[in-house]
Amino acid sequence: MPEFYVYILALILVTGLLATSLNLVLGYGGIYQFHHAVFYGVGAYTLALAITRMGWPAWVGFAAGPVVAAAAGALIGVICVRLTRLYFGMLQLSLGSLLWTIVLRWRSVTGGDDGIHGILVPAALQRVEGAYYVILAVVGASLVALFIIVRSPFGATLQAVRDNPQRCQAVGIDVRVHQLVAIVIAAFFAGAAGALYVVLERSVFPNMLFWVLSLEIFVMCLLGGWFTFLGPLVGAGIIVALRTVASRYTENWTMILGTILILLIFFMPEGVMGHLQQWIAGRRRTREDAYV
Amino acid sequence: MVEFTALASQVLVGLSRAMILFIVSAGLSFVLGVLRVPNVFHGSLYMIGAFSAFSIATWLGGHPAGLWLALLGAPVVAVAVGLVVERALLSHLYQREHLMLILFTFGVMLVLNDLVKLVWGPDYRSLVAPPSLQGAASVLGISVPRYNLFLLFVGPLVAAGMWFVTAKTRIGRIARAAAVDRDMVGILGINVSRVFSAAFMIGCYLAGLGGALVAPTTSITLGMDHTIIIEAFLIVTVGGLGNIWGALVGSILFGVTQSVGLLVWPQFAIVFPYLATVIVLLLRPTGLLRSVW
Repeated sequence: MPEFYVYILALILVTGLLATSLNLVLGYGGIYQFHHAVFYGVGAYTLALAITRMGWPAWVGFAAGPVVAAAAGALIGVICVRLTRLYFGMLQLSLGSLLWTIVLRWRSVTGGDDGIHGILVPAALQRVEGAYYVILAVVGASLVALFIIVRSPFGATLQAVRDNPQRCQAVGIDVRVHQLVAIVIAAFFAGAAGALYVVLERSVFPNMLFWVLSLEIFVMCLLGGWFTFLGPLVGAGIIVALRTVASRYTENWTMILGTILILLIFFMPEGVMGHLQQWIAGRRRTREDAYV
Repeated sequence: MVEFTALASQVLVGLSRAMILFIVSAGLSFVLGVLRVPNVFHGSLYMIGAFSAFSIATWLGGHPAGLWLALLGAPVVAVAVGLVVERALLSHLYQREHLMLILFTFGVMLVLNDLVKLVWGPDYRSLVAPPSLQGAASVLGISVPRYNLFLLFVGPLVAAGMWFVTAKTRIGRIARAAAVDRDMVGILGINVSRVFSAAFMIGCYLAGLGGALVAPTTSITLGMDHTIIIEAFLIVTVGGLGNIWGALVGSILFGVTQSVGLLVWPQFAIVFPYLATVIVLLLRPTGLLRSVW
């Protein structure tokens, strides 16, 4: 396969992991995580700084990325989790934006608006193929882990909390603890996606923590389908692939993305996978009807 | 030690910047309060206002009246764009949940972003204030740029106008009633859809006016929508969702912390308003003043 396609596939996997991690809190947890990209950025910057500023071995930095992101998730989560819905989202947005301004301005450490480029990753990862296999392995393992979490008793409780928090509280489930744990887990995997991005691109930049990226991940979840496990991955795949194709012909990619988003909200708010599920369910029903 | 006059002049400049933030976030807050729509493309209308002001002033070939006509004309362009989007698309979505409305208006923002690029090109633009507003004036021995004094005059004017519209006019009263209970307003036989449309136009007007007012003070560029909208959303939250006076308080907090920060620690000046926002929201998550939500 040509190197370019391998690169695109790797980018889809990284973005897909990021979107899937958001879906854990958003789709399964019903939490208004307005600024998920912050954890992606924290994971990426942790790896970048570990290599360029601290001189740590790359694998230590790679392990640190998700852990630091999870710590950031715990800190921001503890502060925000006492609020609900829009107020939760706005407080999280303000905390995330604060972090973004610090990254943007702390030039001596983060490189300011230029970011950090040409990060030296181990030789085996410098070829796209090497990076691809690492990304495939990590994303594969992460998706399996996330799937197990969603299907676990914890995942079931989380969905119950989403659907009826008052009732869960009444039967003795600690709603906030469940939400907080979900936020930390999601931040961990977003951090892993961020570190993988550095492996692939060897650069970081402050826009990874900007609110626009957070909404773009939302769009991926919406496009794929919030209430399905594979939806966000599918959504990320469609958007990354479309962007790659579109950027060859036009400079107006954001107009295309915006149009897709508007059409989606009007005609298919349940997303591709959600639509597919409904379609399959519909077919099954008609077939059963035929036998009756 | 920071000199007193320098501090005072910096506070005045911060207040004048706060006036632009207020005009923009008052529009956002009004739409949020009446229509319950968190309008992400409000920032795009601000950008369209700034670019339109540039075009109108350039079209007049640098005539001193250019800016004045731009201040009149640019908000009209923003209103026209907003009205088309509201009537054609947004008005069909009012019943959707907030997350969908955020995503929808984000989609419109993405489209408008590229439309602005197609119409005005990707280059930086700038606009010169008319001679009467150039240079600095001295107020009580404090030197302040004339244009900033002009902004300090316009801000309260807009605030008074908003107070008059919401408190004294029929449409304002209906809009406030609709903010509290839109079903009841509909039952009373009022065409809620038209009220929403009018309220939305007021919001768009304020976004365009903010853009036109900011045009002579900064470079007009693609991406100015991204920064203003996050600032406006945080200001509106700090002030209390839907509360226009809250937007004023939030804007002053945002503008003054940034300009004083510029004096204290220039490198991190932009961090201070965000820090102030976080501190306020930690203490009062629903904002300083009463939210209409």
